[in-house]
Amino acid sequence: MIKQLSWKVGGQQGEGIDSTGEIFSTALNRLGYHLYGYRHFSSRIKGGHSNTKIRISTQPVGAVSDDLDVLVAFDQETIDLNAHELHDKGVILADEKFNPKVPDDISARLFSVPFIKIAQEVGLAQMKNMVAVGASSSLLGLPLEAFQSVIEEKFSRKGQQVVEKNMQAIKEGADFILKETGEPLAELTLEPSDGKKRLYMIGNDAIALGAVAAGVRLMAAYPITPSSEIMEYLIKTLPKFGGTVVQTEDEMAAISMVIGANYGGIRSLTASAGPGLSLMTEAIGLAGMTETPAVIVDTQRGGPSTGLPTKQEQSDLNAMIYSTHGEIPKIVIAPSTVEECFYDTIQAFNLADKYQCPVIIVSDLALSLGKQSVEPLDYNRIQIDRGRLITEADGLKELANSELFKRYELTEDGISQRVIPGVKNGLHHVTGVEHDQVGRPSENPLNRKQMMEKRLQKLAGPIDFQDPVFIDAKHEEADLLIVGINSTRGVIQEGMERLEKDGIKVNHLHIRQVLPFPTEQVEPLVAKAKKVIVVENNATGQLTNQLRLHVGMLEKIKHVGKYDGNPFLPAEIYHECKELFAHGHV
Amino acid sequence: MATFKDFRNKVKPNWCPGCGDFSVLAAMQRAFANLGNEPEDVAIVSGIGCSGRISGYTNAYGFHGIHGRALPIAQGLKLANRDLTVVAAGGDGDGFAIGMSHTIHAIRRNVDITYIVMDNQVYGLTKGQTSPRSEMGFKTKSTPKGSIEATIAPLEMALTAGAGFVAQAFSSDLKQMTHLIEEGLKHKGFSLINVYSPCVTYNKINTYDWFKESLISLDDVEGYDPTNRMMAMQKLMESQGLVTGLIYQNKERQSYEDLIAGFEETPLVKQDMKISQANFDELVAEFA
Repeated sequence: MIKQLSWKVGGQQGEGIDSTGEIFSTALNRLGYHLYGYRHFSSRIKGGHSNTKIRISTQPVGAVSDDLDVLVAFDQETIDLNAHELHDKGVILADEKFNPKVPDDISARLFSVPFIKIAQEVGLAQMKNMVAVGASSSLLGLPLEAFQSVIEEKFSRKGQQVVEKNMQAIKEGADFILKETGEPLAELTLEPSDGKKRLYMIGNDAIALGAVAAGVRLMAAYPITPSSEIMEYLIKTLPKFGGTVVQTEDEMAAISMVIGANYGGIRSLTASAGPGLSLMTEAIGLAGMTETPAVIVDTQRGGPSTGLPTKQEQSDLNAMIYSTHGEIPKIVIAPSTVEECFYDTIQAFNLADKYQCPVIIVSDLALSLGKQSVEPLDYNRIQIDRGRLITEADGLKELANSELFKRYELTEDGISQRVIPGVKNGLHHVTGVEHDQVGRPSENPLNRKQMMEKRLQKLAGPIDFQDPVFIDAKHEEADLLIVGINSTRGVIQEGMERLEKDGIKVNHLHIRQVLPFPTEQVEPLVAKAKKVIVVENNATGQLTNQLRLHVGMLEKIKHVGKYDGNPFLPAEIYHECKELFAHGHV
Repeated sequence: MATFKDFRNKVKPNWCPGCGDFSVLAAMQRAFANLGNEPEDVAIVSGIGCSGRISGYTNAYGFHGIHGRALPIAQGLKLANRDLTVVAAGGDGDGFAIGMSHTIHAIRRNVDITYIVMDNQVYGLTKGQTSPRSEMGFKTKSTPKGSIEATIAPLEMALTAGAGFVAQAFSSDLKQMTHLIEEGLKHKGFSLINVYSPCVTYNKINTYDWFKESLISLDDVEGYDPTNRMMAMQKLMESQGLVTGLIYQNKERQSYEDLIAGFEETPLVKQDMKISQANFDELVAEFA
C-alpha cells in the first residue's frame, strides 16, 4: 500500500481528456484524498496533445510530482511524450486500438485495454473515457461506488439509462484490468484516506467565489486565458444575487467600467492576464489619482507579448509594481493556495475601500487553473468593511451654493471620506488632473505637494492585510532560506523536506504582499539565513530584485528561475539548492 | 425644485471667448432643470480635451476621467446606480478617435445614458491638430499640407451600430439643443447627441457662419420621419451630416438594464451586499 501516487491521462485536445480527469478526481476528493491537478493544454480548441496530471495523496499536496505511476494514453503521442515520467514500476493503460508501443528505454508495464471496443459494446464509443476511469480504479484498488454520485450529477439530465451505461463502462474497464492482474497491484494500491469532506477547486473558482462573498455585483471583463473562468463563474452566479457581468470591448473599457461602478458605490472587479493588464495601466493610474477603489485580478501566464498563453510564468511583477506613469498608492497581494485565493479576494475589496486605491490580486496560471483539495471555507470569516464610505445624506452639513464637499480632505492618515453620487450635500468633483480638497483642478505647488503626500501617506505604514508573508521557519539560524510567490508554495515545501533529510537547515518564506513590500517581516529571516534562494518562474529575477531592493544583503540573495512554461518540480528545487551548497553558487 | 441656475457653479470656464461649448453647458443645465432633476441626481462623466472640462463647470456630481474612456466609466456608474441621470460628455477626438470603439460598443450595449459630443472638427487643447472629423484637405499643425484621411461620419456609424437615439445640435441654437438633450435624457437607452460646437481659435473653416449657411434643421423638413431608419440614413448621406434635430429614435428597443435577466429596479448600490449562510453553503456545495 502506498500513501500517494500520480496519475495522468492524455490524448488529443477536445476528446474528453479534461472530463476524464474531472470525473476521476472528483470521486477521489469525495473519498477524502488530497488532490493536486494540473492541466497541460494548448491555445487551440481541438487537436494537439493535452493532458491532465493528478496527484493523489493521504496527506495535503500542493505541487505536481516529479514522476508518474499511471499513464492513461488515448494515442501513441501521449506515450511518446509522457512515458519518460513513469518510474520503473509504473503502468501504462493504453487503447489497444492504436497498437501501443512502449519506448525501449522505459520499463513501465503496459496494459493494452480495448477502451473503445468495450465502450462500443456498452453503447457508445465516447464512453472510452469511463472505461479508462474504471481501469484506473481497479489498479488503485478504489471502490467503484465512489463514482456513482459523480456520474449521476454529470449525466442525470440525460436520463437514467445514460447514467447506468456510464457506470457499466466503468465497471467493465475495472473488470478487464482485474482479469489481467488477478488482484489490485500492491505497489499502486492507496492507503485509505481520512474520509474528510473537502472542496475541490481551481484558484479562479475561489477568487470568483470570494468576489461574490465580498459583495461584488458587477464584473466587467474581456476574455483571456487563464482568467476567463472567473468571468464564467460570475456570469453563472451573479444573476442569483441581482448582479451581472459585462463582457466589454477591451480591457481599457473593463477597468474603466469598474472605476465607474466603484465611484457609484458598489464593489466591482475585473480580471485579466498580462496583455490585459498592460492595456489597463493608464486607468489604474486614474483610480490611484482619483482615490477610487478598484480590484483587478492578474492571472499571470507566459509573456512577453502573447508569449505562452497557456503556460506557467511569474513575470508580471514589475508591470504590476511599476507600470502606471506617475506615482500612486497601489496594493498588490499574492495568494499562494486556492484557499487564500478566496480569503484574499474578500480582503482585497476591504483594502480597496479602506485605502481608496487600486488593489491587484496577482495569481499565476498554475494557481488559477491548478485544481486542489481545499479545507471547507468558513462563512464566518467573511467580513465586509467599506471604510470611510458615505451612502446617506444624514449628518452631512448643508452646502452653500457652489460649495463642494471635501472629498479629498487632508487628514492625518491621508484617507478622506468618500461620498457617492446621489447623496445630497455630498457634491464634489473628481478628476485625474491634480486637484484640491473638493476635487477642483489646481496647479498650486503647495496643494500639489500636500495632495501627493496625502495619497502616498495612505500606504506609508503597515497596511491591514492579514498575512503579508507565509513563514515556515523551524530554524532560528538557517543554512538556507527559500523564497517564493504564488503557486510555488507547495513545491518549495517538498523541496525543503528533501533538503532537510540531507541535513540542510531550511526555512521557507512566501511573499503574500508584494506592494507595499513587507520588509519588516522579510528582513529578519533573510538576516538569519546563510544563503537565500528566490525561486520564481521568470528569467530576470523580478521578486529577487524586490528582495534585494528592500532588504539589501545582495551577495547572499540568489535567483533560481524557470521560464520554459512549466511549473517547478520538487526535484528541481532540491537539485538547484544542493548545487548551491556544493559550489557556492547557483 | 431646482432651476438651471442651481446647476451653475462659480468656476470660470477656461474655454476661449466664443467657444461653442458655452452653449452646450447652458443647454445641459437647462435640460437637467426642465426635467425636474436635483443636482445630486445628476452625474456627468467627461473625457479629456477642452470639452472634457464641462463636468467641472456644472453643479452636479462630476467625474473627469482619462482620454477616450468617459463612456465605459459612465456605463459602470449607471449600472451601479440606475437611479442617477448619467451624462457622458467629450469632444470628437475623445469619442471618435481614441474612444471610438467605446462609442460603437456603448451604442450596441444600450445602457441608459446620454452621450453629448462637442464636435469642433479639430484638436483644440493640444493647440490645433487634425481630428477624425476634420475634412479632407483641412490644414493643421499635424497636417500642414492638408488632411489626407477621410472624415468619419459618426451619426451614420451610430445608425449602423444599432443606435436607438441619434440627434445633432448646433451651438447657435440653444433652444433646439436644450430640447434635444431633454429628449435624449428621457430616452430609455443610449442616446447620442452630436453638437457642432465651433472652435473659434483653431478651426477657421467650420465657423459659426459656415455652419449657419450649411446646416438644415430637420424640424423644417416636411415629411421627415425620425422613426424611419432608412430615411435617417439617406438624409445623413445626402446632406453629408449637415443637419440638426432628432435624426432617429427607436422607442421600442429595450435598454441593456431592462434586458439583464433579474436586474432589479432597485439600484445595485442600494441592495444588500452580504450573502446569507444558506446561499453561501449552496455555492460551496458545487465544489464538493
